[in-house]
Amino acid sequence: MAEELRRTGLYDLHVAKGARMVPFAGWEMPVQYPMGVMQEHLHTRAHAGLFDVSHMGQVIVIPQDNKLETAALALERLIPADVLGLAEGRQRYGLFTNDRGGILDDLMFANRSDHYLLVVNAACADQDIAHLRTLAGVDIRPITDRGLLALQGPEAAPVLARLIPDTAGMRFMDSRSLDWQGSELWISRSGYTGEDGFEISVPQDRLTSFAEALLAQPEVAPIGLGARDSLRLEAGMPLYGHDMDETITPAEAALGWSIPKIRRTGGARAGGFPGAGRILPELADGPAAARRGLRPGTRAPIREGVPIFAQQDGADPIAQVTSGGFGPSVGGPIAMARIDPQIPAGTTLYAELRGKYLPVTVTELPFITPSYKR
Amino acid sequence: MLKYTEDHEWLRAEGDEIVVGITRHASEQLGDVVFIELPEEGREVEAGEEIVVIESVKAASDITAPVAGVITAVNGDLADNPGNVNDDPMAAWFFRIKPAGDGVLDGFMDEAAYSDLIG
Repeated sequence: MAEELRRTGLYDLHVAKGARMVPFAGWEMPVQYPMGVMQEHLHTRAHAGLFDVSHMGQVIVIPQDNKLETAALALERLIPADVLGLAEGRQRYGLFTNDRGGILDDLMFANRSDHYLLVVNAACADQDIAHLRTLAGVDIRPITDRGLLALQGPEAAPVLARLIPDTAGMRFMDSRSLDWQGSELWISRSGYTGEDGFEISVPQDRLTSFAEALLAQPEVAPIGLGARDSLRLEAGMPLYGHDMDETITPAEAALGWSIPKIRRTGGARAGGFPGAGRILPELADGPAAARRGLRPGTRAPIREGVPIFAQQDGADPIAQVTSGGFGPSVGGPIAMARIDPQIPAGTTLYAELRGKYLPVTVTELPFITPSYKR
Repeated sequence: MLKYTEDHEWLRAEGDEIVVGITRHASEQLGDVVFIELPEEGREVEAGEEIVVIESVKAASDITAPVAGVITAVNGDLADNPGNVNDDPMAAWFFRIKPAGDGVLDGFMDEAAYSDLIG
């Protein structure tokens, strides 16, 4: 028997908007609306798209001694990032790692003055919370009385400023609490599309009315998980469980940039997180293969699991596609795979699809130029 | 007169050939079509043989030959404009097939039966 699917606070709104609902990470989520994945994607890149990401886990980490430093240093035992150096009102991207150097999950963490707010993947949330509860000196509180929205696209900022004027002054990766009609929203200027935009935590009892207020703006359309995936793929962003998992290291996932010097060999707070013994030497020496882009030479999409070959000679594959599909803004198929970094960009490799070897070109990520407001 | 298969193909008899496409219901279920691979003209096919690949933004799916016969023509325009399948599925034909036997369309659904199938 399938486990009962959970519904977000916007379920009725999705259905009213004509969404096709599908199971995703234990939740019943909109994969697309009548506009369709292609137009939803293009609408987000041209105007503004509203995503329900309430399935994602929101967790706050509170220091028991009321010193934020205590919580920062606790989190640094699980996350190879500079948590201590993160200024108040700022957010960063990070990873939970395991003893073998693999990635347990990726997350955003924000310094909210007296605590940290973490946003983790839906499928990993329970495991992440249990993992966090191994830490001493902090209280771990899953936030269950809030939903999470993402408003993404070049017109996201003017739209949100119409409802909440103070968002206009926020920069990329700022995180603030702001009032909307008497309710406190937790807003960060960030997203998963390569566009400027915001992620907005809203009390459950205001979630539908706030989403409706956004959707009432002429620039905004509701966007499903289908376009969320093609948008992040074009932006060169990895998806947990596909482009990275507990067997893939930060360097292999091309996420070494999230591990700053201060946590690397020779840094003031080097190591001290799970798997440091593998992760840090690999960052210094370079991995044997790392996540890179592939541009198929034909119109045929090359999807997850497709084997990649160096030559058309039937020798063993050198890689496997970890994410792939059609990029509506790129106007053709795009894919990612872990490829030897020694292979220069521009090299032709071959994807085996339906018994044929199709040429694919190794490219740098991302496939589109992000437009963050730094 | 149009006939329909359980695989959501429409079949239209024209002379001694059958023109094959997919229904609006099928195109809506597939989502935006981004790539179509057509069979070679002149190819002999068996009934049920997978001869067209359709890739939508979501997934790849196959179209089978509704009857045994020879592919006499394919709609090459679709390879360049796969979105036509979503825009006008009844006009976006995939291939023409000359059936190996006679009366081969008799066993397929008519419009009413197909409407019942898709509810």
